[in-house]
Amino acid sequence: MARNIQSLERAAAMLRLLAGGERRLGLSDIASSLGLAKGTAHGILRTLQQEGFVEQDEASGRYQLGAELLRLGTTYLDVHELRARALVWTDDLARSSGESVHLGVLHQQGVLIVHHVFRPDDSRQVLEIGGMQPLHSTALGKVLSAYDPVAHSEALEADRKAYTDRTVCEPDGFEHILDITRARGYAADVEETWEGVASIAAPIHDRRRMPVGAVGITGAVERLCREGELRPELVAAVRDCARAVSRDLGAGRF
Amino acid sequence: MTDAHTAGPFIAAIDQGTTSSRCIVFDRDGRIVSVDQKEHEQIFPKPGWVEHNATEIWTNVQEVVAGAVEKAGITRDDIKAIGITNQRETTLIWDKNTGEPVHNAIVWQDTRTDALCRELGRNVGQDRFRRETGLPLASYFAGPKARWLLDNVDGLRERAEAGDLLFGTMDSWVIWNLTGGVNGGKHVTDVTNASRTMLMNLHTMQWDERIAESIGVPTPMLPEIRSSAEVYGEINGGRLGELLGGIPVASALGDQQAALFGQTCFSEGETKSTYGTGTFMVMNTGDKIINSYSGLLTTVGYKIGDQDTVYALEGSIAVTGSLVQWMRDQMGLISTAAEIETLALTVEDNGGAYFVPAFSGLFAPYWRSDARGVIAGLTRYVTKAHLARAVLEATAWQTREIADAMTKDSGVELTALKVDGGMTSNNLLMQTLADFVDAPVVRPMVAETTCLGAAYAAGLAVGFWNSTDDLRANWRRAAEWTPRMDAETRDREYKSWLKAVERTMGWLEDEE
Repeated sequence: MARNIQSLERAAAMLRLLAGGERRLGLSDIASSLGLAKGTAHGILRTLQQEGFVEQDEASGRYQLGAELLRLGTTYLDVHELRARALVWTDDLARSSGESVHLGVLHQQGVLIVHHVFRPDDSRQVLEIGGMQPLHSTALGKVLSAYDPVAHSEALEADRKAYTDRTVCEPDGFEHILDITRARGYAADVEETWEGVASIAAPIHDRRRMPVGAVGITGAVERLCREGELRPELVAAVRDCARAVSRDLGAGRF
Repeated sequence: MTDAHTAGPFIAAIDQGTTSSRCIVFDRDGRIVSVDQKEHEQIFPKPGWVEHNATEIWTNVQEVVAGAVEKAGITRDDIKAIGITNQRETTLIWDKNTGEPVHNAIVWQDTRTDALCRELGRNVGQDRFRRETGLPLASYFAGPKARWLLDNVDGLRERAEAGDLLFGTMDSWVIWNLTGGVNGGKHVTDVTNASRTMLMNLHTMQWDERIAESIGVPTPMLPEIRSSAEVYGEINGGRLGELLGGIPVASALGDQQAALFGQTCFSEGETKSTYGTGTFMVMNTGDKIINSYSGLLTTVGYKIGDQDTVYALEGSIAVTGSLVQWMRDQMGLISTAAEIETLALTVEDNGGAYFVPAFSGLFAPYWRSDARGVIAGLTRYVTKAHLARAVLEATAWQTREIADAMTKDSGVELTALKVDGGMTSNNLLMQTLADFVDAPVVRPMVAETTCLGAAYAAGLAVGFWNSTDDLRANWRRAAEWTPRMDAETRDREYKSWLKAVERTMGWLEDEE
């Protein structure tokens, strides 16, 4: 059996210490209670503080449990909150890319579309909010599968249908695509779900760096690709948008 | 916030709003290049009184203009003009020799002129000046606020008669300061802001001497009435003079009219509705001054240079977004405003419940101050999710009532509703709106339609854009909701809503 990680054990001991008895403790109290050198204790406390599990009182310098602990396991990001936060950024992505924008989250064994911005060309389009897309073949689905472990296992268990002759269905090939997605920070779907249609998507993270959704553009393969490659400026625009929404979720949510 | 897709030249727009001042820089496609914003203090000297420190506001305006220009990384040569939109009706008097306000600005929500307005109505009532001004005698409008200042601030009337004082709404204050202040600042206002003073005659588009006399405001202190899109002067002097001296100040529009302009509602019958804490719906009525018999306001939509004036009908709903906030803060049924949709979507319908949020009476088209809020149709079956539905439906039904009033007054059927504001992110509300109004609901791609409207007007004035057709070409549809409800269901539900509305009336018994 592998050895336990000592610093995690110490961090857990600190949290228990702060949770019981006195609410606020100074650095030396904590260090001596746990038999640690002050420097070691301080390093662990600082890390816990950065994660929000511990807070330091400004006036006294003493430590107490952080608000983040209360949120663990009790909060999730409401998809309508996600849409409200994403609104301006997704409008701008549609405008700069000239393509339609979709925002998706994991739902059952697929991608639930929670927000849709029309392609800005005044053509007749229908809102696709509430619609579902497959996890294994679309750019949104691949991003979710690559970053969210729950989506990953759903995608592996699901019946991965071949929508076109370019759809990657077998597990090894699919895993390879997810590796590439994680390495590059975005996913693509070039005629793997719909003939003639390509899409590019990137992950949205919340303030705890949890993947909460994916945002992407979808359009004719001729417009999204040039000489067989995705146009880099479109990839950049999608990733900028995902980062901006993530920032918004982190900066202003609490 | 700049990116590779936007290149100069640009137009800047100042939005001097109720809670903050903002400046946004736009490119030729109407895309946002940079934004800066600063809040100002809300001063509540007594219950019902609301004031702003106009000196603080002018300081903030200079800061946000400088801030937005800096964030965009551009210089004065890149900016072709600057436009202004503002909180409407907020009233200021200042000394033209020192540039100092003689009192805080009295904000539009302030109700201190209630009694004065009743007195001004004499034996005629609140419609005494409606034919000329399009407005009922209500505490919002600027003329009576100016009279209050002249009556209640020591020595003011004498100074006004000596010709030392200037009156203005916030557009006038900002333009006067931008164009030099005590050193030759231009004392002007635009037709839309002037139409909210109760001192302008809609037919002549000039100050009405007789009404000004009745209300008690000397006309020499009033600004010159100009169009909404023309060069009033150039940025000159002060801190901004160094940074942006020489740039034309080229538009002014009240905030709701600016949103109408930003939504490119340039044809008769085109209507926009802005969903915030309250909701403001404005319909372009072309060259027609339509007297409302349904409790709407007749107002000026805009006027571009020496072109004909475009008029409008306006209806407002006091409680829309604020009802969702009430569910969150007072009832604790949701923890964020967006969760109202999540909760509402857990049920199929309202379960028979209707929520009429007449928290401070019923506004257009009823105008009943004796009404108070009601939740009707409660049974054991109703859950908090049904109430969440009823909350969203309340906003949609109230929109329907204003739309009906507009159709009745103007004879023009609503063919589509252009929406903006924070609540447009609520997909269920937008679908419900389309269902109840029985017309497509369309959201444009730029959410900042107010600033965009001011930028558009300024750009037209300096030839940055050539015509309203250019602006229409910039307009992009971000989403559209089409009606899905069958007529029978809609009619049945509307009838139930109207029954619920009836039950709010007469709750207060000894209304003054």
